[in-house]
Amino acid sequence: MLDVEKVHKKFDGQEVLSGVSLHVDKGDVITILGPSGSGKTTLLRCISFLERADSGWMDFAGTGVDMHRAGKNQVLALRRRMGFVFQSYNLFANKTALKNVTEGLIVARGMNRKTAAEIAESCLQRVGMWEKRDSYPHQLSGGQQQRVAIARAIAGDPEVVLFDEPTSALDPELVGEVLQVMRSLARDGMTMLVVTHEMRFARQAANKVILIDGGRIVEEGRPQEFFVSPRTERARQFLDLLGRETEGGNAAQ
Amino acid sequence: MNDRILNLLKDSFVQILLPGLEMTVPLTVISFSLGLLIALGTALVQVANVKVVRQLARFYVWIFRGTPMLVQLYVVFYGLPKVGLILNAFPAAVVVFSLNTGAYASETIRAAILSVPVGQMEAGYCSGMTYMQTMRRIILPQAMRTAFPPLSNSLIGLVKDTSLASNITVVEMFLTAQRIASRTYEPFWMYLEVGFIYLIFCTALTYLQRWLEKKLERK
Repeated sequence: MLDVEKVHKKFDGQEVLSGVSLHVDKGDVITILGPSGSGKTTLLRCISFLERADSGWMDFAGTGVDMHRAGKNQVLALRRRMGFVFQSYNLFANKTALKNVTEGLIVARGMNRKTAAEIAESCLQRVGMWEKRDSYPHQLSGGQQQRVAIARAIAGDPEVVLFDEPTSALDPELVGEVLQVMRSLARDGMTMLVVTHEMRFARQAANKVILIDGGRIVEEGRPQEFFVSPRTERARQFLDLLGRETEGGNAAQ
Repeated sequence: MNDRILNLLKDSFVQILLPGLEMTVPLTVISFSLGLLIALGTALVQVANVKVVRQLARFYVWIFRGTPMLVQLYVVFYGLPKVGLILNAFPAAVVVFSLNTGAYASETIRAAILSVPVGQMEAGYCSGMTYMQTMRRIILPQAMRTAFPPLSNSLIGLVKDTSLASNITVVEMFLTAQRIASRTYEPFWMYLEVGFIYLIFCTALTYLQRWLEKKLERK
């Protein structure tokens, strides 16, 4: 459904993505893991054209596009078929929770207010934020803001939702509510591409795990295999490091 | 202070206030509104990095911030007729004041737009909106809240600066006071009085600003 081929991206001469290719089927929940600076966020940002890839090809639901040369209207059309959830939520600060969800439907998709409000209601219900529909972002906790942001991302009925470290900015006690929403989306068959550090989510909710390091995919596979018997040395190192951190964290508690 | 002065102040108060309401206020309101439009355009082409136009915008801001308003008034009113462009006093003043306000306010608005986090624009894009849609519906409303206090400052500044228009024969408050002063030989009291009336105008604006700021905050 979504194919990304040989994406290259440099920042100031430094190669961040060196030929990453990715295949996503409908209903896939793919988590992208990797140490910080590995290029995983950049990959998502290139797919949503927030960053312009230096080269690469993308096939998305029947539309093929050169990721470097895609024109304004192509980008606009592609973006309207994706959802994006940011690490820092980025809710529209001047809009209520409800308006955050309806804004794109009305302004970008030309929907009438009534239809947009109905869709927004069902999306906000889904993330458990309907009661807070009239709150402004600054009146909400981080977890609540991120849930509204998820409602906003799914409102346009996207074919894939990209999550860029959706829980990394949250206080630990708020991570759970966001992950719960994401797990329920996954159960409902939403196609998701999730950059995260949440190993539990990768283990339990994903059907595929990708490890990126140094701008390349070093290993990909089903979570059971990836976590239990990684094939590459790099994946073993990565998991060891995480394991040690978790153990250290547990010991400290 | 004797009765003669008291009566003079009483009589002249209305005589000065009237051109204030008929000249100073419209001059300020028209110039400031036009100035804001110019400022918004000037700020937007710079933020959006529109080629060539952006350079023109920089050039315009540079000229109008870098030369005295009095000189600009003289050039437009006394100078331009020599090259065939004749403007009456009032329109000439409007041209200068709005271009001047535009230059200063454009920097205020530009800074306010840049102060809105990049994530807001990215969220607009990811909601399927275009640059202009996001700018209009998300970025500018937030930027305007930031720009409001400094813009109010510019407005108050402009009220007082309109007194410069007396130099190009616009019969506003200051010129009226000047005439009464020379007729009555009471410069001290007349200039104090006109200063007091400017103070009333600006005080009213200060209260208006506070009230509007509170309204903006509540959102």
